[in-house]
Order: sequence, then C-alpha cells, then structure tokens
Amino acid sequence: MQYKSQAVARHYFTGALVLFVAQILFGLVMGLQYVIGDFLFPEIPFNVARMVHTNTLIVWLLMGFMGAAYYLVPEESERELYSPKLALVMFWVFLVAAGLTVVGYLSVPYATLAKITGNELLPTMGREFLEQPTITKMGIVVVALAFLFNIGMTFLKGRKTAITTVMLLGLTGLAVFFLFSFYNPDNLVRDKFYWWWVVHLWVEGVWELILGSMLAFVLIKVTGVDREVIEKWLYVIITLTLVTGIIGTGHHYFWIGTPEYWQWFGSVFSALEPIPFFAMTVFAFNMVNRRRREHPNRAATLWALGTGVMSFLGAGVWGFLHTLAPVNYYTHGTQITAAHGHMAFYGAYVMVVLTMISYTMPLMRGRVANSNSAQVLEMWGFWLMTIAMVFITLFLTAAGILQVWLQRVSPTPMGFMAVQDQVSLFYWLREGTGVVFLIGLLVYLVSFFKGGKVAT
Amino acid sequence: MSAIFSTSAARNIFYGGTVFFLLMFLALTYNTEQQLPKRDQRAQLANPAVAAGKRIWENNNCIGCHTLLGEGAYFAPELGNVYKRRGPEFIKAWIKAQPTGAPGRRQMPNFHLSDKELDDLVAFLKYASEINTANWPPNIEG
Repeated sequence: MQYKSQAVARHYFTGALVLFVAQILFGLVMGLQYVIGDFLFPEIPFNVARMVHTNTLIVWLLMGFMGAAYYLVPEESERELYSPKLALVMFWVFLVAAGLTVVGYLSVPYATLAKITGNELLPTMGREFLEQPTITKMGIVVVALAFLFNIGMTFLKGRKTAITTVMLLGLTGLAVFFLFSFYNPDNLVRDKFYWWWVVHLWVEGVWELILGSMLAFVLIKVTGVDREVIEKWLYVIITLTLVTGIIGTGHHYFWIGTPEYWQWFGSVFSALEPIPFFAMTVFAFNMVNRRRREHPNRAATLWALGTGVMSFLGAGVWGFLHTLAPVNYYTHGTQITAAHGHMAFYGAYVMVVLTMISYTMPLMRGRVANSNSAQVLEMWGFWLMTIAMVFITLFLTAAGILQVWLQRVSPTPMGFMAVQDQVSLFYWLREGTGVVFLIGLLVYLVSFFKGGKVAT
Repeated sequence: MSAIFSTSAARNIFYGGTVFFLLMFLALTYNTEQQLPKRDQRAQLANPAVAAGKRIWENNNCIGCHTLLGEGAYFAPELGNVYKRRGPEFIKAWIKAQPTGAPGRRQMPNFHLSDKELDDLVAFLKYASEINTANWPPNIEG
C-alpha cells in the first residue's frame, strides 16, 4: 500500500463480507422454502427472504466496487484520496441505511414499510431488485454522488490511466442508470421497459467496465506485465461489452409488450455477449502465462483466473443458452433464468470483488501476501464456493429443463405447483450444494484469521 | 495485438463504438415508444382502478414470489395471464383464503385487502393479461 488513505477500502471490504454472509444465509432459507414450503412461515415469508438475499448481494457488491475504487484510484493517480474522512462517513451511512432497510424488511409487512416510508409520495417500491423504500433509494444516490465526487477529485488531480478512466466511466454510468429506479409509470410495459435500464444496463453494461478495470489492476500487480499491453486488452474487452450489451438489452424485450423486432435485435446482439467474457478469460490466462514476476500472493492470481473462467461460463455460456428468442419463448421466467443468474453474478461480480479483496487485504494489513497456510485455506474457500456454485447452477438447470418440458412443451401441460412437486429432487440437491457453498464461505473467512509466517 | 494497433486506437474504437450503439439504442427506444400504443392497452389506464391495482401489486411485493409477464421470482405461478386462467372471482376468493396452512406446502400471506382493493387488483391483472406479449406464455399454465 503506497498511500495511507487507501486504507479506507478495508472498511468497505469488511462491510461487504458481513453482508455476503447474510446473503448466503437467507439464500439457504429460500432454498429450503422451495421444498419445505412453510419453513419459517409466517415469520419470514419467501418474498422477504428473497429481498434480503438479492438486496444484500447488490449492496455488498456496490461496497466491493467502492472499496476497490478507494484502493486503486489513489494508487493509479499517484496521490492520496481527496477526502478519506468523507469516504469513511459515507461507509457508515451506507451500512446503516442498508442495515435499517433489512430490519424494515424483516420486522414489518412490506405494505406497512411502504406506508411508513411514504411510498405514495413517489412510488418506486415493489419492483424486483428495486424493493428498497424510496428514501433508501435517495440515500443510495447521496452515497453514490459523494463517492463519485471523492473519487472524481482524486482522479482529476492525479495521473490519469486507462484503468481509472474506465473505472470512473463505469461508476458514473452506475449512478446515472440508477436514476431510472425513480421512474415508475402506471403503464406496465413502460415500467418494465425502463426498469431494465437499471438492471440490464448495470450488470451487462457499466458494471462490466468496473469489473474489467478491477481485473486489469490486479493483473498488472500480480503479473508485472506491461501496463500498455493490459490497457489495450481492457479497451478491447469493454468495446466488445458495450457494442453487444447495449442493444443486447433487447433480450428482455421479447415478451413484455414491446414491438416484435426486439426478438431480432435482442437475439443477435445478446448472442454476441459471450465474446467479451471469452476475451476476458483469454486475457487473464494470457497475462498470467506471460508474467514477469512470481507474486507471493498466489490466492489473488487464482481468484483473477477464476473470475475469467466463471464469468465466461455463467454470464457467457449460461446466458447464451436461453437468449435466442425461440428458445427464450419456452424458458422465460423459469429455473433456467435462476441458474444463469446465480452463476453469472458469482462468476463475474462476486469473484472480481473477492479478487480485489484477496490482493489488497494483505497489503492493507502490512504484508505483501498472507502466510502459505492462510493462502491454502483461502484457496480451499475458492474451490468449495466455486464448485458448489457450478453444481447449484447444474441442478437449477436440470430443474429448469424439466419445468419447461412439463409446463410448456408437453402436449398435456401441468400447472405450476404440480410441476414444482415433480422437480423437488433437484431443489433438494441445490440446497445441499448451497450448504457446501456456506462451508466454503466460512473457510474463506477463517483464512483471514489464520496466522503463520508472512512475506513482507 | 501488434504495435500497429495502439492503445489510443483501441480507446478511440471504444468511445466511437459505444456512442454509436448508444445512439442506436435510443433510436430504437424512440421507435418503441411510437409503437407501444398499439400493444400496451394504455386506454385501460383511464380506469383509475388499474393504477390503484398496480400500487397494491407493488405495495405487497407480489413480484417477490410470482412472475408477471415472466419477470419476478419463480416461487409461485405466473400472474400475467392469471385473469384468463382463473377469472376474477377465483382470484379474489383465493387471495382471501390465504394462507392455506397445509403442512409443508408453500404459503402465501394474507394481505387483508378490502373488497375495493381486491377489485382494483383484479382490474390491474385484467389489464396485464390483455397486453400484446407476442403470444407468450406458450400455454395457459404460464
């Protein structure tokens, strides 16, 4: 760590990992409710568990991105952070707001939460992933603006690199597209159309810029390959991302009342979306193979390579699987979507944040890398979580194929709940692998407390 | 990636490509907005019950278990076409009868909706069921 102020990232990463644990615990609750329908009912209905599961995921990834920015922007800019104090204040504002929102979800019925937070003044609640009370959404905007100001000032006053430029572009886009969460027309088709401007243009657009720059930063550090080479790759990857991903939004406009030409635009452009992810995989392996130094933090290198492979599989391959309109006609809104969502979020965003944490945490704790035994434990966490996620995805895919067949393809289609009973075996298997994932997460967390002889 | 292809060339292609496809996306959005009146049943929004029903849908987080036009959670049935599948009276009776309390079965909370709120919700579901969704879902089961 070259600049003192980079240390604020440690708060963000710690907060992110705490929320990660909450996310997984509520995921296990939901997984069990899929097979034991009345588990924890009426205390925690499924929709509440799901809000906690998805909202904590989003918030901890955002915290991860912010932590990453607070670490890498000063280092790239070759100066201290504009205001470390503002960064710390905003961390606590963000964590407390997220915590209060989760407490709100868990303690009162959602309709009551909507009422006491004045949702009728500016109704934005009750839409998937954007369930937060309007006042929480405003808080997110305040935190994001303060963050962008802080990072932006650091950027403007220092050295400008491709990595920081791309990261700032991604973070600005993240804030701008979030503003569409305040637009909720009564017209359901238009509501859905612009809802995707937040969701799709985040995860298949600007977030990929953030992902690319984080990966590029870590690869420069652990491989020692020339910045020139890595930055060129970065630009090529994000060009492919946005060229395919922006119009690729169309793969959500097949069946929601939008014109039917979107079936062509959406299918063609989103079918190309795996290409940038494939380029990312090639990039990560290529750079590691051409490395000019043996960095003692082998765990960080493993996470970086893992991000390349798993984001390609989850976002690329599993996305392509159901993105063509004639296929999506049958798979839309089934467990196939859930399978893709799980591996894509883990492979792309969870893993890149963990890559960044793996590389920076030892440095912020005063060493180049953790002890060998701590790294071995961290790698056990890597493999347990990653393999568990592969099987979660495979089981959900199996459930999804059966669901599509029984409910939509068969000449005598069965009703939704009857089909759910038929595929429950796969839900049980998914829950089992979910437990393995939790074990992997715990092993990963224990690695932070594992001592041993460290490299300095 | 030889020396002929420089980083600044890559950067320029990035900015050029992004701006081009962003403009194309905005043009398609404009065209979509022009075509939507033919497909989205907006005339029904003149009935205030539809918007009121949408608010009830949102304020009770229905999307947290159900899908609507295929989007949402996959824990409970698709409701975009439930009006056609079950009809208005069944929908209201069903909502009022929750939770079933059947052991081991998935449970839907009781939302204590008034008769007017139930009518509003049904108006919203009727509106949703009449949107032109390019023939989706494949059959009435959703």
